[in-house]
Amino acid sequence: MTESDIIVTGIGGQGVLTLANVIAWSALREGLDVKTSELHGLAQRSGTIPCHVRFGEKIYSPLVLEGKANLIIGLEPLEALRACYYGSKKNKTVFLINSYEVIPLSIFVAKEKYPSLNYIINALKSFSANVITLDASEKVKNTTGGIISTNIYILGYASAKKLIPLKKQSILKGMKEVIPKRYLELNKKVFDLGFKAGQ
Amino acid sequence: MQFNRKTIDKGKGEVIIIDMSEKILLNENGMKIILLGNEAIVRGALESGVGFASTFPGTPTSEIGDTFAKVANKVGIYFEYSTNEKVALEGAAGAALSGVRSTVSFKQYGLNVSSESAFPLAYVGVRAGMVIVVADDPSCWSSAQSEQDSRYYARLGHIPMLEPANSQECKDFTKIAFDLSEKFNLPVFLRLTTRVSHTRGVVTLGRIVKGRTKGKFLKDSIKFRNFPPYIIETHKELHRKLEAIRRISEEIEINFFVNEDVKNDLGIIASGVSFNYVMDALDHLKMNLPVFKLGLTYPIPEEKIRNFIKNLKSILVVEEIEPILEKSINSLAKDVNPELRVFGRSGYLPTAGELTEEAILLTISKITGKKLDYDLIAHKEDYNKLKIARRFPLMCPGCPHRATFFATKSATGEDTTFIGDIGCYILGIFPPFETQDIIFSMGASEGLIHGIKKVSDQKVIAFIGDGTFFHAGIPALINTVFNKSNPLIIILDNRTTAMTGHQPNPTVGVTGMGDQTKAIAIEDIVKACGVENVKVVDSFNVKEMEKTVGEFLQNDKVSVIVAKRECQLLAVRRKRREGKAIPKFNIDKSRCNGCGICLYQLGCPAISVENGVFDINEDLCTGCAVCVRICPKRAIKVVR
Ligand code: SF4
Ligand code: SF4
Repeated sequence: MTESDIIVTGIGGQGVLTLANVIAWSALREGLDVKTSELHGLAQRSGTIPCHVRFGEKIYSPLVLEGKANLIIGLEPLEALRACYYGSKKNKTVFLINSYEVIPLSIFVAKEKYPSLNYIINALKSFSANVITLDASEKVKNTTGGIISTNIYILGYASAKKLIPLKKQSILKGMKEVIPKRYLELNKKVFDLGFKAGQ
Repeated sequence: MQFNRKTIDKGKGEVIIIDMSEKILLNENGMKIILLGNEAIVRGALESGVGFASTFPGTPTSEIGDTFAKVANKVGIYFEYSTNEKVALEGAAGAALSGVRSTVSFKQYGLNVSSESAFPLAYVGVRAGMVIVVADDPSCWSSAQSEQDSRYYARLGHIPMLEPANSQECKDFTKIAFDLSEKFNLPVFLRLTTRVSHTRGVVTLGRIVKGRTKGKFLKDSIKFRNFPPYIIETHKELHRKLEAIRRISEEIEINFFVNEDVKNDLGIIASGVSFNYVMDALDHLKMNLPVFKLGLTYPIPEEKIRNFIKNLKSILVVEEIEPILEKSINSLAKDVNPELRVFGRSGYLPTAGELTEEAILLTISKITGKKLDYDLIAHKEDYNKLKIARRFPLMCPGCPHRATFFATKSATGEDTTFIGDIGCYILGIFPPFETQDIIFSMGASEGLIHGIKKVSDQKVIAFIGDGTFFHAGIPALINTVFNKSNPLIIILDNRTTAMTGHQPNPTVGVTGMGDQTKAIAIEDIVKACGVENVKVVDSFNVKEMEKTVGEFLQNDKVSVIVAKRECQLLAVRRKRREGKAIPKFNIDKSRCNGCGICLYQLGCPAISVENGVFDINEDLCTGCAVCVRICPKRAIKVVR
């Protein structure tokens, strides 16, 4: 089978939905069938929002089967860990993780523990050996002054590394469909930055 | 307003709109675009010539209303956010009775609210097509409350129902629903579930049709007066209509077979989103089984089902939430195949929670003995061994509700009970506040607190939001006055319906179509209800809120505090638009003594502590200054 199964995860406000939507439009631009599944409402108030993206010749389910993901993009490490069961060694899942931590309030008010990056990476590796960590937010902040387009940096990186089986041109078209005009130039710049890092 | 728009009137009421600012308005027949299920419903309505749309926002349907709000002016139709679902349904019914095609949308609980009018509407009938869109929320991802299966309402109310499985079907089924509705003068249900509403998928566009927006109610028929003895006649008539639609259900192309010619002992019947899981499960198991996919699920095609199950040994019925189809199939099997084993949601598939491909896969695997190429259960067990800190949903940094909860908690003791309601403030359920000891339905807090106060002397406070107060809080408030109760009710007036995506409500002074309207002040209504103890307090003014809560708890008559402050998300957006600076705060480490009140008691997500040093994340701080006011050491300072 030739479908691509991608999970994009992170926390509210990190651009999870935008990233998923860009990938979806990029796939449509290559004439593929595509579905994404997202959650709104209660799930959006800084909770965790894993978003599923699936594309290929014909797509039925909007959800990735556990263990079947080809790529898991984690805009936040703890959230990547939370979604790791979508990956597996069998399917040679690639984990692409932004190292920027956002500490949940549960750590302070419910006395839970934020795992170290090492713990997270090792746990991910027990699901699939291909773990790539990026300090994407830091790179983006150094260039643009804010961390807001970290998602697009990672997209650029994934595109260069051919982790998303779509042409770069299609992805740029997808960005044009989804990202508001006034932010497009900035995002293209950030995409290139990520792309170079991945070359 | 200026729009990037070309309008060509093609006679016959068809209008071509090319509006590049809204993809959903592209009038390019045959073009493929990606739409959210909810958006595809709107597109289907536009292609059906809808003239009137109403809603009360409720996830998972909120984007239906929000999309109508964006496009209504541009296509020249009417849209409103109504004050509750019953009113929304009645408005749409009024339009349809006057010959204008209409649609109303709400979440499952909204159907409960509107059902008092939905049932008699089926008796009375409509003149133009009317589509009622209801979305259920299996697993309660978006709205809490309950895993209600709204398909029971179709049976209870004699109202036909269609269940789309993806965005394309959302659009197509809406059109079919309008036609069916008009043909039989019956309202028609479209039932969605979260994974249909909030899935994006490819949709092939048809033409947007400019429908009628003006009509006339003709008082020419006795049947519009739902009054005995005529009701018995209409009831009979309803059964005749349903039988006629059942015959359509036998032929309609949205009830179709996959792998019809495959001979196997096991067959599958599926509806809604779960059909997709079935198709993928078969693919992953490398199996071909005959599948009957139902799109028109009430009334069901009994003949076709009898034929389908006649020669099977077993059947798996895959449906979202309750075993409704399963029960019907069980009884059909009694006639044609009493030996048939029926598997479904009354045991083999999970009896609660949303369906997943995993669950279906495991069930097929169990029935047929065919295994997946890896062990799903062991895989999940490995995962469950991991320790992963929770990240519960939170009120935003600077949320006015947080300040109100903080003040209320500090003004009361451990012995206080808090009655919650539905809105962003439901998040007060989590630490550090835990100010929602009971939550159940829109507006219920006021009725509940009234009952508790009648039978106890407990300290109790109810919290209810502005939108919720308008929705169902007013009759309950009058009841407390009328029946001489003495609760303390805090109305959280944040000038919007925030949780579902910031729709305007009657406090705002703007309609869903963006027109100016009268802004209704909550305190005026409260006074008009006969409440004597009323005070409006700025939510950010923690000291005054503490004082007022303390005082009002002593009153022997019903008291209301209106905690007023614009939702911080809106405030920040507005300030950005106006070019105003958003102040940022930080902690002066030399003054901070580490008491931790700002973090452990206020719980602002912008504040954290590492190695005993408290800090504010400027990326997250929205400058509400509430932490500044509550810090006993005055250690928090504006930095810019
Ligand atoms: S959206 Fe507004 S009301 Fe809701 S949590 Fe955020 S600031 Fe508070
Ligand atoms: S850090 Fe203080 S000022 Fe900033 S959002 Fe939180 S409570 Fe408000």
